[in-house]
Amino acid sequence: MKLTTLMASAALALGFAGGAIADGHEKTKVGFVYVGPVGDGGWTYEHDKGRQAVEAEFGDKVETVFVENVAEGPDSERVMTQMALDGADLIFTTSFGYMDPTNNVAAKFPDVKFEHATGYKRLHPNVSTYSARFYEGRAIQGHIAGNMTKSNIIGYIGSFPIPEVIRGINSAYIHASKVNPDVEFKVIWVYTWFDPAKEADAAKVLIEQGADVVLQHTDSTAPQAAAQEAGNVVTFGQASDMGQYAPFPRVSSIIDDWAPYYIARTRAVMDGTWEQKDTWDGIGPGMVGIGEISDAVPADVKAEALALKDALADGSYHAFTGPLNKQDGSPWLADGETADDGTLAGMNFYVEGIEGEIPQ
Amino acid sequence: MIRLEKRPQPSKAMSWATPLLAVVATMIFGGVLFAALGKDPIQSILTIFWEPLFGEFSFFYRPQLLIKGAPLVLIAIGLALGFKAGIWNIGAEGQYIVGAICGAAAGLAFYPIESVLIFPLMVLSGALGGCLWALIPGFLKVKFGTNEILVSLMLVYVAEQLLASMSLGLLKNPEGFGFPGSRNLQQYPSAHNAELIAGTGMHWGVVAALIAVIFAYIMLTRHKLGFAIRVTGEAPRAAKFGGVNPARLILFCLGASGLLAGLAGMFEVAGPAGQISIDFNVGYGFTAIIVAFLGRLNPLGIVAAGLLMALTYIGGDIAQSQLGLPAAAIQVFQGMLLFFLLALDVLTNYRVRFGTGEVAT
Repeated sequence: MKLTTLMASAALALGFAGGAIADGHEKTKVGFVYVGPVGDGGWTYEHDKGRQAVEAEFGDKVETVFVENVAEGPDSERVMTQMALDGADLIFTTSFGYMDPTNNVAAKFPDVKFEHATGYKRLHPNVSTYSARFYEGRAIQGHIAGNMTKSNIIGYIGSFPIPEVIRGINSAYIHASKVNPDVEFKVIWVYTWFDPAKEADAAKVLIEQGADVVLQHTDSTAPQAAAQEAGNVVTFGQASDMGQYAPFPRVSSIIDDWAPYYIARTRAVMDGTWEQKDTWDGIGPGMVGIGEISDAVPADVKAEALALKDALADGSYHAFTGPLNKQDGSPWLADGETADDGTLAGMNFYVEGIEGEIPQ
Repeated sequence: MIRLEKRPQPSKAMSWATPLLAVVATMIFGGVLFAALGKDPIQSILTIFWEPLFGEFSFFYRPQLLIKGAPLVLIAIGLALGFKAGIWNIGAEGQYIVGAICGAAAGLAFYPIESVLIFPLMVLSGALGGCLWALIPGFLKVKFGTNEILVSLMLVYVAEQLLASMSLGLLKNPEGFGFPGSRNLQQYPSAHNAELIAGTGMHWGVVAALIAVIFAYIMLTRHKLGFAIRVTGEAPRAAKFGGVNPARLILFCLGASGLLAGLAGMFEVAGPAGQISIDFNVGYGFTAIIVAFLGRLNPLGIVAAGLLMALTYIGGDIAQSQLGLPAAAIQVFQGMLLFFLLALDVLTNYRVRFGTGEVAT
């Protein structure tokens, strides 16, 4: 009881501080909670680039703070509380596992705005969620991969069998098999987002099984290095450009670009126009970027890939457009029908043509 | 030539002073490290050690100290029993995970029935799970002479895979939109390990840690079993002649440490963490090894060491966000603590000789 009262009074004090911000007297304080180190070269690195963009955009009108390597669970709850107590006006929590902690802390600090990446729980009016439609990037990858493979075997390093990752596999497969009906996907689940040793092992196994294209849904550059060693294997950068492996084996990449969103949300807090929302943006608004397609890709394939990107960006084409069947052959989308966000968000099935089972 | 010579009788006072000296040395060299990073060293050290205890928001941090320290103490107490006898359970992290899985599973099996019996049942299954997981290396050691260090450590990775599989399969929240992770036990009153007095951080895990400390203290100082443990560690042959059954001692030490680690996991998942998820474990089982040694394998020392480690974690996070210290610098700082402790231990037990001739190499 006592703690709640103290929290409430602390929050109240912050509320007054918030008033000062509106007058332009004080800096807006934006906190970031990271699950990995800022130097991971992937997921957290890109979030931190977003933070730096916020600083560059608003200069001394804003103060940003961050804590890296924060474990999901009670540690993240403590770090968020601490940021709120220290006077943060807006806090971005950048890992799926921060979902319940974010909502718990948000309940105690109604005047602080919370933004949770990749989650779906918005239990309080001061919690928003945001994520990116990475599957749009996967469509382009699939298109290039289907054209580039000679062995017709494409390897895929899956992190966890969750909707996010399954969407990516489906999207890549649909577009690879469109240009190359003989293509076959081999998926290895490594049950980690970031573990260079495991990722390298997975890449090597896939290459030994004949894959000459390796797609990854993990964040380290280890698969790139394994492909480089093998010599004739194509890869794509994940989360970050991984440009150090261009032009080959890395022929393109999916880049998370959080900067526009972070700047927009910070501005909304400054203007007092921040409202709860659920954002799921793709290539169009710039949240998903496609890294430069290198010259290792034939010019006509590159042109097609760029056209596909434009079509995805302006909304004239959806990555999941029928006719599509589920793996078991049952119909999913009729000719010309596109998938709704609800189905995509909870996707737990492969599309027809992919072999193997999703581990349960 | 520098060589180490064993002191015939290490100073008793020194062996108690080393942890304090190690903390002081860590503060000094940590300060130098922070200064090299361009941060004010005094302010950095104060932020880590003072801010959580006496700072503006200490009303929030002090309870956090208990939440963070309780699992460390609970696990370290169990480890210390084995370490004292020369039985090295390095896999407490795995036993912690299995305890959490068993505890949570026992609770979730009854969802959404409310009953006062559910929580005690969870405690029992958590303890049993951790205990059985630790008895695997114990049994293999007794039966086949395997090395318990390796087996217990390897079982951590097995437990992690089990955790991932549970989060994605058996224990997955059916209302979680296909995302990994179990139901949140914080929202299931019968299974929730809530604060006993709101705002104090005092939950059943803290109580269990205190009870474990008292039991371990009495056992080690007053009980025959504690005597057997100490003798086995100090003079294994003498212990054998004295009638200590090594196989039973191995099983007892591993089982007891596994039981306590399992309890820690169970209290964590039912309380502060709330749910089984792929990244549920955060390294308490490994940090507890440091805590056990920092506390001189003494139950009371372990309480102090556990709170100190918790303090560096909480203060470290504050320093990160307030002063912009990188997480790696905080980890180096925590590493220094163990390094200086071990270094000072060597100097307590050995004296350095700068000999010239007599040692041939």
